[in-house]
Amino acid sequence: MRRQLEGSRAIAETVACCRPGVIPAYPITPQTHIVEALGTMVRKGQLAPCRFLTVESEFAAMSAAIGASLTGSRAYTATSSQGLLYMTEAVFNAAGLGAPIVMTVANRAIGAPINIWNDQSDSMALRDSGWIQLHAPDNQAAADLHVLAFRLAEELSVPVMVCVDGFVLTHAFEPIDVPEQEIVDAVLPPYRPRQVLDPDDPVTIGAMVGPEAFTEVRYLADRRLRSAPPAFERIAAEFAEAVGAPQRRARCVQDYRATGADTVVVALGSVTGTLRDVVDSIDGVGVLTITMYRPFPAEEIRAVLVGARRIVVLERALAPGASGIVTSDVRSALAGLDVPVQTVIAGLGGRPIGAASLRELLARPGLEDVTFLDLREDVIDRELGRETVREPIAERDGEAAVESAGERAGA
Amino acid sequence: MPAQSVKFYQVGSRAVGNRLLDAELRTEQSSAERRNSITSGHRACQGCGEALGARYVLDTAERVTGGRLVTVNATGCLEVFSTPYPESAWQVPWLHSLFANTASVASGVAAALEAQGRTDVRVLAQGGDGGTVDIGFACLSGMFERGDDVLFVCYDNEAYMNTGVQRSGATPAYARTATTEAVGPIPGSRPGQGKDLPRIAMAHEIPYVATATVAELRDLEAKVERAMSMRGPRYLHVLVPCPLGWGSAPAETVHLARLAQRSGLFPVFEAEHGEVTSVLPIRDRIPVEEYLRPQRRYAHLFADPPRTDLIERIQQIADRNVARYHLDPHEIPHEEGA
Ligand SMILES: Cc1ncc(C[n+]2csc(CCOP(=O)(O)OP(=O)(O)O)c2C)c(N)n1
Ligand code: SF4
Ligand SMILES: [Mg+2]
Repeated sequence: MRRQLEGSRAIAETVACCRPGVIPAYPITPQTHIVEALGTMVRKGQLAPCRFLTVESEFAAMSAAIGASLTGSRAYTATSSQGLLYMTEAVFNAAGLGAPIVMTVANRAIGAPINIWNDQSDSMALRDSGWIQLHAPDNQAAADLHVLAFRLAEELSVPVMVCVDGFVLTHAFEPIDVPEQEIVDAVLPPYRPRQVLDPDDPVTIGAMVGPEAFTEVRYLADRRLRSAPPAFERIAAEFAEAVGAPQRRARCVQDYRATGADTVVVALGSVTGTLRDVVDSIDGVGVLTITMYRPFPAEEIRAVLVGARRIVVLERALAPGASGIVTSDVRSALAGLDVPVQTVIAGLGGRPIGAASLRELLARPGLEDVTFLDLREDVIDRELGRETVREPIAERDGEAAVESAGERAGA
Repeated sequence: MPAQSVKFYQVGSRAVGNRLLDAELRTEQSSAERRNSITSGHRACQGCGEALGARYVLDTAERVTGGRLVTVNATGCLEVFSTPYPESAWQVPWLHSLFANTASVASGVAAALEAQGRTDVRVLAQGGDGGTVDIGFACLSGMFERGDDVLFVCYDNEAYMNTGVQRSGATPAYARTATTEAVGPIPGSRPGQGKDLPRIAMAHEIPYVATATVAELRDLEAKVERAMSMRGPRYLHVLVPCPLGWGSAPAETVHLARLAQRSGLFPVFEAEHGEVTSVLPIRDRIPVEEYLRPQRRYAHLFADPPRTDLIERIQQIADRNVARYHLDPHEIPHEEGA
């Protein structure tokens, strides 16, 4: 049944239906509503016997999730931005240990300058941590993806990050259908860990591996991660059938009038809706939404983009000094094809991505390799102007050094 | 299999040997039935106090829990020497995640066991002094404060040994390490109290805090047993000499641990809910010099000319411990209001 719900609330209720065993949580905007709601449910006994841990940091949150997961409990946590970076070491570790944790990342910019608003710099920074990364295009998908995430994580023994644009989705009220308990139970069997701490069968987990086998360990992890796309498609189909809503069937990549289009805009996350509206009124332009960003579904993407004459990648993050992160992935997926791939950096630190700007952008006759959408040239010019009149720091240092040397000489 | 009369007994000049005791009073280590939680063949240095301490602690914990124990281990010597792939010395369920997060991982394990109703299985977390007092401190304090049901054991060899003997927050004053070389006007580690983690743990008013050394085997085993008889966060801090880092003879490990205790530099006590409940009195105190001299990490104090001023400062630290914990059995009890 569809109800008017905040995105965070729908995610929390869906996670609750997944019967988590342990939820370690630490507050950070815009993720807080999710864990607050879960904490209250645990308090009320609605999730018994689930344990909710108020830990002292995100690093502890991910670490406790690792401990719980490897002790045989379904573990869930959520974070954003600085919190994700703060737990980075444990994020990589969870993947290395094969702990099938599910974590929501309410995407938010990374400081400095500190900024609580949405972009995807946080999850992008951890794209190579060995986790499966799913990006929700809308709030219904944000809820549904959590069920798929637990099932996928546990089938493959790999952790899954569900990335949801902060505020844009987490704080938006929309009609959302939280999947019913029976449906979730049918799709998601009880957690059977691949490795577990158990006195009846003692195992050593997390041993040290040297040069003689480390490459093989990494090779196998890569191989396992690469098996995710078909598994995801299968589980998503099963889930869509269980909820009786074919339109809710998630895919690794979603093709909206993209196959055969002249220009295809590639994007991740909540900008999908705006983009689809925009291309509806432009001939020959389609949208390709990447839901599974890691492992990177290169084959699926190439299959859609193979006939396009121009590809525009809309990036909600910036790799300083190297521009577009998703662009590089898309380019490598298209190796050998003679097609321009242009980067549009948009929506950084919460700047809205408006339909008018997108329409204007797509109508431009020539697009540079890298374009910053809605860049405020006046601010840039003013700042650059001030920098040229500022005294270079090296000279000031030199003067000071001469002065103090003089003082010393005189003393 | 009938128990052999004596396999292993407490060593050291002043110890009462096991062979003089009734079988049921003997230490776990002297029992043919001991669990060998960390079995032989691991890669620790000869005379490694940490290997010794871990075996003592875990064998006892295994016995008193009836083998219903899972362990979480920090990065450090203990982890590295015990699990070179594809081998493992561990006979207990054992998880290593990272250097800093051991207490949090253990909190997660305890939460999972509770959620699953498997409260018969107990959790023991362990790490070195660096993993405990420095990088793992926030996680440990959180575990204490939340009241999680974990025994955390710190094997204190007073430096970052696994990376080649660098100073940690537990390195004692004037000890030479690779990052506090014995050069300059104040050689070795900076003077001060370091991070006194047992007292910081006590400030959390957790059910149980204890210190011990690998020299007093019976005392150490009794403390593990006491700790495992309780629930909630518990902390055990064990002094474990490291021949490599301390520059001491491998055969001197147990002896040095005893000298540390007898000098007053390492006070051995128990505390419950923030209050000291018992101490190991020092009946035959030695000057700190006797403990410092056999260790190469203090060699600069005994050079020519000797740094008697610094030795005196160390003596003051020992004196302060003796007074604070009332370690002198001949001390005249302080009368209230007198
Ligand atoms: C985050 C992080 N920083 C640094 C290290 C390097 N490192 C590994 S073991 C170790 C020293 C461990 O010292 P301690 O905890 O005292 O244990 P010991 O080896 O002395 O028993 C260090 C610094 C690491 N593994 N992880
Ligand atoms: S360096 Fe010290 S702590 Fe590490 S194995 Fe050797 S003796 Fe043990
Ligand atoms: Mg150490």
